[in-house]
Amino acid sequence: MAHAYTPGLKVMPCTLLKKKRLLPIPGTVLAVLGQQVGSLDIVAQTELPGKVFSVNVANRLSVGPDEIRNFMVKKEGEAVKRGDTIAENKPFLKWFKTVVEAPVDGTVEAISLITGQVLLREPPKVLPIKAYVKGTVVEVTPSFGVTIEAEGTFIQGIFGVGGETNGEIAVAVSSPDEDLTPEDIKENHKGKIVIGGKHASLTTIKRAIELGVNAIVVGGIHDRDLRQLLGYDIGVAVTGTEQLGVTVIVTEGFGAIPMAEYTFKLLSSRNGEKASVSGATQIRAGVMRPEIIVPGYPKNVTECKKDQGRGWIEPGDPIRIIREPHFGVIGTVKSLPPELTMIGSESHARVLEVTLDGGEVIVVPRANIEVLEK
Amino acid sequence: MSKKDLEIIIATDCGSTTTKAILIEKKGDTYRQTFRGEAPTTVEAPFEDVTKGVLNSITEVEELSGRKILDGERIITPNSGNVGADIYVSTSSAGGGLQMMVAGAVKAMTGESAQRCALGAGAIVMDVLASNDGRADHEKIERIRQLRPDMMLLSGGTDGGTITHVVELAQFLKAADPKPRLGASYKLPVIYAGNNKAHDQIKEILGDRTALIITENLRPTLEKENLMPARHKIHDIFLEHVMQQAPGYPRLMKMVGAPIMPTPAAVGTMTEKFAKANKFNVLAVDIGGATTDVFSVFSEVFNRTVSANLGMSYSISNVMAEAGLANILRWLPFDIDEQDLRNRLKNKMIRPTTIPQTVEDLQIEHAVAREALRLAFDQHKALAVGLKGVQQERSISDAFDQTASGASLINVMRLDYVIGSGGILAHSPRRTQSMLMMIDAYQPEGVTRMAVDSIFMMPHLGVLAQISEKAALDVFYNDCLVRLGTCLAPKGLAKEGQLVMEWEVTGSDGSRQAGELRFGDIIHVPFAAPKARLVARPVKGFDMGAGSGSRVEADIEGGVVGLVLDGRGRPFCLSKDPSKRRDDMNKWYKAMGMYPV
Repeated sequence: MAHAYTPGLKVMPCTLLKKKRLLPIPGTVLAVLGQQVGSLDIVAQTELPGKVFSVNVANRLSVGPDEIRNFMVKKEGEAVKRGDTIAENKPFLKWFKTVVEAPVDGTVEAISLITGQVLLREPPKVLPIKAYVKGTVVEVTPSFGVTIEAEGTFIQGIFGVGGETNGEIAVAVSSPDEDLTPEDIKENHKGKIVIGGKHASLTTIKRAIELGVNAIVVGGIHDRDLRQLLGYDIGVAVTGTEQLGVTVIVTEGFGAIPMAEYTFKLLSSRNGEKASVSGATQIRAGVMRPEIIVPGYPKNVTECKKDQGRGWIEPGDPIRIIREPHFGVIGTVKSLPPELTMIGSESHARVLEVTLDGGEVIVVPRANIEVLEK
Repeated sequence: MSKKDLEIIIATDCGSTTTKAILIEKKGDTYRQTFRGEAPTTVEAPFEDVTKGVLNSITEVEELSGRKILDGERIITPNSGNVGADIYVSTSSAGGGLQMMVAGAVKAMTGESAQRCALGAGAIVMDVLASNDGRADHEKIERIRQLRPDMMLLSGGTDGGTITHVVELAQFLKAADPKPRLGASYKLPVIYAGNNKAHDQIKEILGDRTALIITENLRPTLEKENLMPARHKIHDIFLEHVMQQAPGYPRLMKMVGAPIMPTPAAVGTMTEKFAKANKFNVLAVDIGGATTDVFSVFSEVFNRTVSANLGMSYSISNVMAEAGLANILRWLPFDIDEQDLRNRLKNKMIRPTTIPQTVEDLQIEHAVAREALRLAFDQHKALAVGLKGVQQERSISDAFDQTASGASLINVMRLDYVIGSGGILAHSPRRTQSMLMMIDAYQPEGVTRMAVDSIFMMPHLGVLAQISEKAALDVFYNDCLVRLGTCLAPKGLAKEGQLVMEWEVTGSDGSRQAGELRFGDIIHVPFAAPKARLVARPVKGFDMGAGSGSRVEADIEGGVVGLVLDGRGRPFCLSKDPSKRRDDMNKWYKAMGMYPV
């Protein structure tokens, strides 16, 4: 049977997930193999070397760089507190005395007799890594972290902003093609993951931030609203570090696009349960999409399938069109003609025939569709 | 083996997503590219071995050509009958290419020289540090620590000059203690190409913390730039350190018959060879999904820049952010709601592999492409400059012509040849689209020939040119370049409809065409003859390269598009009235036969 390879976002009622939780530089692993961890447990931590500050002692004392050694009060490696004297001159008249103070707490890293600068390093900062998902430690990477395994519902979004967070799922609309309005966000949504329908406006997102909602999941947002929310245009889709006070996950794309019914139903089936979400998106080689993970099974599921995505399409598959002129339209694959076909733009591309709900058949480039879960 | 024995050559380019192989065969006295194959690049998991993709792409060439090239995982050399190849060469940009950080004492002087040096070697420059770059010292140190380059180039000071700044930079580098991107347990390679008086101090500061390599100063005096020794060191380290850490590269290095080159370095080599062989000023561009590379050779000086976030898919939204929505809208022959356009471009960013299905969507992508090409060219012009800080003697008459030191080397009136590559230029449904996109983005003046590299063969040919310049140039002329034709654009401004130039073209086949060009018009003349003679008589106030109103005779090329006579004037200004602007666009697109009606 004719089929074609297609990438798709994962929307799975239950799957076995593995999450690597690693430090950027070596440190101490706190969790042990086989340990059950909660999403907020710290599994590893390290100390990031402190920031380095330079002080131009030669300039401040009006001496040559090679002379500063004679005026240093603190030596290399010595600890200093902010405001401590690190160097001073010794004039005959004390009115002419100049004192160089440490601008930060830290240690004297280096004294340069060529540049006349003294480098001070701030104390190290502790960097902890949380488990993020509830599960079992199945692998320990010495000095760096752990791999956690968990069974749960796994849903990928297409784009997100904001980092990792946790909370109870709260479905705030009754259907996937309903807008998530500011009025839908209630005070009891504080600390929760609010699920909307086709669109959230800037006012809705601001209301969510005001009320302390941890994350919003909706079908689409307008780019103009995103720009106003961030204060800048996102140039390249590398996100996850924004400090907005809320994580926003878009499941379908930019615009007002109803959330796929399957995704909405799945999220609704886990209403009230604790979830881990991340808005981090990287669309480059080694793509990373935002995600929603809810540990455990939905009530109607009895076994956890390993991987439902088969990676190709066949006639009969439900698909969504992801580019104009039919952006967002849902249909069923009718056939997959193998030959290159000229499309409206006069490019020659591999295409498929799609039957729409009303029975109309249209031709769409294969690159412009996404498979929907059945 | 001597060079003249080369008959069969196999070359690959390992890109971040695709590995492309081409077969080159000697037919009589000429080398021709005969077959090509491609396969997904296998640098990432689960394969983590670049040679798998290389072997797959060569297998495809074997199947298409019927020539047996591989014996298991070994390339059969030399060629004999229908078996083997005489040499295998390769370039690579897989795994993110060569990523460098550079530092110089003064941003506009040694900082810029160091940047040119690294870019010319094919690197992506992640950041340029300088004593006067406006950042606080701790910010510089923080930056060095955050970025994990493959290697670092440290320069600063002229030979025998002050050492303070360069020593300060070295101390910051030591304090940051940066780690290389690949192989965290290795020391970061640092090339020192600064003041020769500071060698001892630099060794003392960085000798034990980094893998320090000292080479000649890249700016020995203010008046002289000496980039080649440092560039060679960059290539050495690329091969010895960076490539050794990348998955499968040690094996690939054993397979090749010439050193592997970073892809952009190979394209640069080919651009230089082509410019030198024809005594041309050349501009070459490769516009991809994420980045746009620009190469130029002007007055025999080679420059390369890479605009890391200007591209047609991953970076499409950044083109909008940098150019501004109004600049994209100005190229569209129809009205579109701003919110709709914003959402469309963002949807392309998050689903980068989708393709335009309608003419309207194609026109939007072409509008973005013009802006990406223009912005990348602006960045190129800013870096392709004469040396700054050089004292110039001025006479009284020069006082009226105040060109500062560091003026751009790029002069579009003296530009002879433009070569475009990358999906949007190479695979446009109509070639007229590629040609007008480049004309709009670069706004060439006078006589400018144009071509596209339709299957991006320049990397393969650049690395091959190290072994056989003849083979590389033969294939370049015969198989790589698709000649579009020539753009004739008189420089000057007039009222719409006013006569600006009379022209006459005689092809090598004896065909003759002539006519008049009026201001505000574009005339497209299909003209396929590979060589032709142009006589252009611009009116007073218009310049075709010989001065206002002066007659010009020049050799030009026809091609798959032919001649484009651009009477829109230079500097090129679009109407401020949106409806007039859209009418103009429709008129020009119609004249060029750009889109289906």
